[in-house]
Amino acid sequence: MVEELFVSGHRACAGCGIATSFREVMKAVGKDVIVVNATGCSEIVSSPYPQSAWKVPYIHSLFENVPAVASGVSHALRSMGNDHTQVVCIAGDGATYDIGFGALSGMLERNDDVIYVCYDNEAYMNTGIQRSSATPWKAATTTSQVGSAVKGKPQGKKPILEIAAAHKIPYAASTSVGYPFDVAKKLKKAMGIKGARFILLFASCPTGWGLDTAKSIQATKLIVETGIWKMAEYENGKMTGVFKPGKRKPVEEYIKLQSRFKHLTPEDIAAIQKEVDASWTGLE
Amino acid sequence: MKLPISKPGTSVENKTGDWRTFKPDIEVAKCIKCGTCQRFCPEGCMGDEGKVPIVNFDYCKGCGICANECPVKCIKMIPEK
Ligand SMILES: Cc1ncc(C[n+]2csc(CCOP(=O)(O)OP(=O)(O)O)c2C)c(N)n1
Ligand code: SF4
Ligand code: SF4
Ligand code: SF4
Ligand SMILES: [Mg+2]
Repeated sequence: MVEELFVSGHRACAGCGIATSFREVMKAVGKDVIVVNATGCSEIVSSPYPQSAWKVPYIHSLFENVPAVASGVSHALRSMGNDHTQVVCIAGDGATYDIGFGALSGMLERNDDVIYVCYDNEAYMNTGIQRSSATPWKAATTTSQVGSAVKGKPQGKKPILEIAAAHKIPYAASTSVGYPFDVAKKLKKAMGIKGARFILLFASCPTGWGLDTAKSIQATKLIVETGIWKMAEYENGKMTGVFKPGKRKPVEEYIKLQSRFKHLTPEDIAAIQKEVDASWTGLE
Repeated sequence: MKLPISKPGTSVENKTGDWRTFKPDIEVAKCIKCGTCQRFCPEGCMGDEGKVPIVNFDYCKGCGICANECPVKCIKMIPEK
């Protein structure tokens, strides 16, 4: 049996998809690791002093400097002749797409020997559901509310996977916690490569999305089955693979599960469907 | 000097079972030991994959993911007493 390295007793909300994600990531990576964690739910729920849910060496510093801390840890290890311990960042979408973006770009550009895992729950959840540049179009958050003039977030999602890949790092991939074998496979693959590796992991937040806790994992499967979320791989800047879900389900099946989208009109849903269809051109 | 450092894996001291309002009830005879529930449980409190799940109620928060994902629907969520 593979040992659990993200253990029970953490304080994530019932049904939290990021907790399942960390169990999966840690089982794939194993014990020879140093985890560098950004501020966010991941850190708050797992490491209130004097407890830790991480059964491995772990450091939390700030929200914005995770890639820089990880680069330092990695360079220190390698300078001491340790060429095996993996340095793994765990950071939310707020930390990755927005607040730590500059430091992340630096880490990727220098090709530092780090695996960076961004768990994307599509908003700043820990501070009470504020929109980030990962929040999708029209989603309601506390800073993209539904009013009479504007309904939800006016902008779409920043293409962070493509931006990471554009640094021509050896490996950049996206996955979803609803596909644990894909998560494990991509982490194992990343571990066999040296340099900067970026994994974008879609993870559910029932509290922030207005999603039934029981359907938390179902939503992370549906976003792939509808084709809204692609599980893709990029090597040295070029796309080398994408998971094809077969006959894609209507996007509405994913959208209707969540109250953050409850104000969407049939026209809004049709627009999302059209955009998703177009995004698959040449890939199916 | 005693450094204020948390020890790995010590969150297990924090019992989260009292968060629960529903709890999983497993019809063991129907279970095909597929491991799906154990894999997806956010608490990692259902025992080892490949075996019939045994829920550790010290940690189960009653989310219902296991019941929703079980391919043979042998888990029911029932009110906690
Ligand atoms: C520089 C800085 N700005 C803001 C905060 C407040 N803050 C703490 S956690 C958090 C949300 C983190 O969002 P994300 O990275 O998406 O992680 P999540 O909470 O969604 O897991 C914010 C805004 C902070 N700690 N530091
Ligand atoms: S707010 Fe969302 S991401 Fe944070 S612990 Fe709760 S369910 Fe998980
Ligand atoms: S109800 Fe949730 S926490 Fe409890 S055993 Fe099932 S998946 Fe785990
Ligand atoms: S998901 Fe259902 S069938 Fe599979 S191991 Fe769990 S209880 Fe048994
Ligand atoms: Mg977030």
